[in-house]
Amino acid sequence: MSQFTLNLLFIGASFALYIGIAIYCRAKSTAEFYAANRGVSPVMNGMATAADWMSAASFISMAGLIAFTGYDNSTYLMGWTGGYVLLALLLAPYLRKFGKFTVPEFIGDRFYSPTARIIGVICLLIVSITYVIGQMTGVGVTFSRYLEVSNSTGLWIGAALVFCYAVLGGMKGITYTQVAQYVVLITAYTIPAIFISLQLTGNFLPQLGLFGTHEGSGTAFLLKLDQVVTDLGFREYTAHHTSTLDMVLFTMALMIGTAGLPHVIIRFFTVPKVSDARKSAGWALVFIALLYTVAPAVGSMSRFNLTATMWPGARTGDTYSQPAVSLDSIQNDADKAWMRNWQVTGLLNWEDKNGDGLIQYYNDTAAPEGPLAATIEEQNLQGNELVTVNNDIMVLANPEIANLPGWVIAVVAAGGLAAALSTAAGLLLAISGAVSHDLIKGTLRPNISEKGELMAARVSMALSILVATILGLNPPGFAAQTVALAFGLAASSIFPVLMMGIFSKTITKEGAIAGMLAGIIATLVYIFTYKGWLFIGGTNMLEDTAANWLFGISPASFGTVGALINFVVAYLVSQATEKPPAEVQDLVESIRVPRGAGSAVDH
Amino acid sequence: MSDRQSSNAYWQANLRIIYGCIAVWALVSYGAAILFRPLLKSIPVGGTDLGFWFAQQGSILCFIVLIFFYAARMNKLDAEYGVDE
Repeated sequence: MSQFTLNLLFIGASFALYIGIAIYCRAKSTAEFYAANRGVSPVMNGMATAADWMSAASFISMAGLIAFTGYDNSTYLMGWTGGYVLLALLLAPYLRKFGKFTVPEFIGDRFYSPTARIIGVICLLIVSITYVIGQMTGVGVTFSRYLEVSNSTGLWIGAALVFCYAVLGGMKGITYTQVAQYVVLITAYTIPAIFISLQLTGNFLPQLGLFGTHEGSGTAFLLKLDQVVTDLGFREYTAHHTSTLDMVLFTMALMIGTAGLPHVIIRFFTVPKVSDARKSAGWALVFIALLYTVAPAVGSMSRFNLTATMWPGARTGDTYSQPAVSLDSIQNDADKAWMRNWQVTGLLNWEDKNGDGLIQYYNDTAAPEGPLAATIEEQNLQGNELVTVNNDIMVLANPEIANLPGWVIAVVAAGGLAAALSTAAGLLLAISGAVSHDLIKGTLRPNISEKGELMAARVSMALSILVATILGLNPPGFAAQTVALAFGLAASSIFPVLMMGIFSKTITKEGAIAGMLAGIIATLVYIFTYKGWLFIGGTNMLEDTAANWLFGISPASFGTVGALINFVVAYLVSQATEKPPAEVQDLVESIRVPRGAGSAVDH
Repeated sequence: MSDRQSSNAYWQANLRIIYGCIAVWALVSYGAAILFRPLLKSIPVGGTDLGFWFAQQGSILCFIVLIFFYAARMNKLDAEYGVDE
């Protein structure tokens, strides 16, 4: 069976499964559409949350980010998991007790102000829309690579599928498709990782293999990796190279950003009880950790495999003990077919600069030392000849690099699609809820009937899919930078306002509004100063280098500072304004106590 | 007012548990994995040091334990104060 047929079979089967679930779980009321009637078990919800949370970025990009940077990018691993501790301790149980459907609704009620609610809606829309663009682009890329259709055809197929199960099923349909998608994506991620860990370290568990012994050379795997990459002039894999302050602030921005992402928070509205919300966050993290503890092994091992493909000597002995891979081998050998496949996509490319018939891969951006300097001299190297290696191929090409069977490649393709589609559906639900529940029912037409609201929710979902698809077809040039924006905004606006709403009875509406605005504006201005206004190239006022950053804080880390500004401004303004009314203080009292959440569904 | 006093005591107890958990949360991530990594340099873990292990494995495992610990403690507290469901 050809690889194409295998891919078609696995992807087709996974899609049939999702649609089957969607038809089985149609939503019949707004309570089902927004919150799956609050009947999802904590373990199921944990699994759905894991799929909701782990996006194309987690599945496709993260291991590559770690692979080429090493220890410094541990920030992603800690940041994108540590946020769940904050969610479980500081937000999820109380928002579940509150018992409504959307995040802006809580902001509006707790701060007794429609204005606060609208600002909440705006923050949610910016965060969720920037996020969904990345998912749709991921769907397009995966389709075009594995099903040999054009990028745009792939996107429309993906959009049609999301339309089927998200518009029909709402939260209920999305929850159970996400459970299925989690199973697909975690299988797809761990199978190649287990094979590769076995090949390199003889250890069945990648989590242990990472700290195990490299079989080819008999030394510790990470020591071997450090040796190989430094031989080629790259920075040591396990060492710390960036600013410590920035590393701390970036991790913090990712953590509080994670806890403040509306599409993750609303998942905790679906469980029956407050105690379930706490437990469910734990289960979510268990399922997330299954991927996140494997990711650093995938990153380091695929980096090693890639390097050893270029310098075969590294497999068993010294990096330079054998000549570099030959151009002839890359163009003709069966085990290098993956290089030719990926060259077509433009994510991998090579060029024999010195015309010696060998492709030498090394770091030509730093002054060479030791054995590398000698090799450059000896072989008359004119620069790194593996001219393009995109981060993203580290996961997608992983099974091919390790020569795994064709069905593993097909499973990885289905897994990448599951990761992107499940996150897109969760985001679209958050967006449509904000539009139909907060804007239409909450502000424009408060008297709308239950049936009318359900229809409005479906229509706004369909429209959001259309907008997301069009944005995915023409991704704005800044797609890669939107992650900084989404996390920066969630960290600096949504997380602080929710936390203060629960943990303080004295923060007033003026305080909350001023805090949110100050947090967002400070963060936006800081990001735009270095990245360009609205990310338009050339409009940045300062060059985006560490020397120009305020106290060495990178734009991506500034969400933490934005959050601090939000807290301080909200506190100061609240001191100067009239105390919140008694019923708001009672509301805070009531969300702090778990009893009564089961019957608190008043819609 | 006894109802309010009891719910106040419940909230104070909850806050104490949260403080403890947050302290551990910060210690295993910002502490062991980043700030104190140089101090843990002498403890080897498979080709590297303990700080690296915390950064890429340990902190995540500790987060999981923390959430389940918090959930269990709160279930007990809820029952003690009669606010469980």
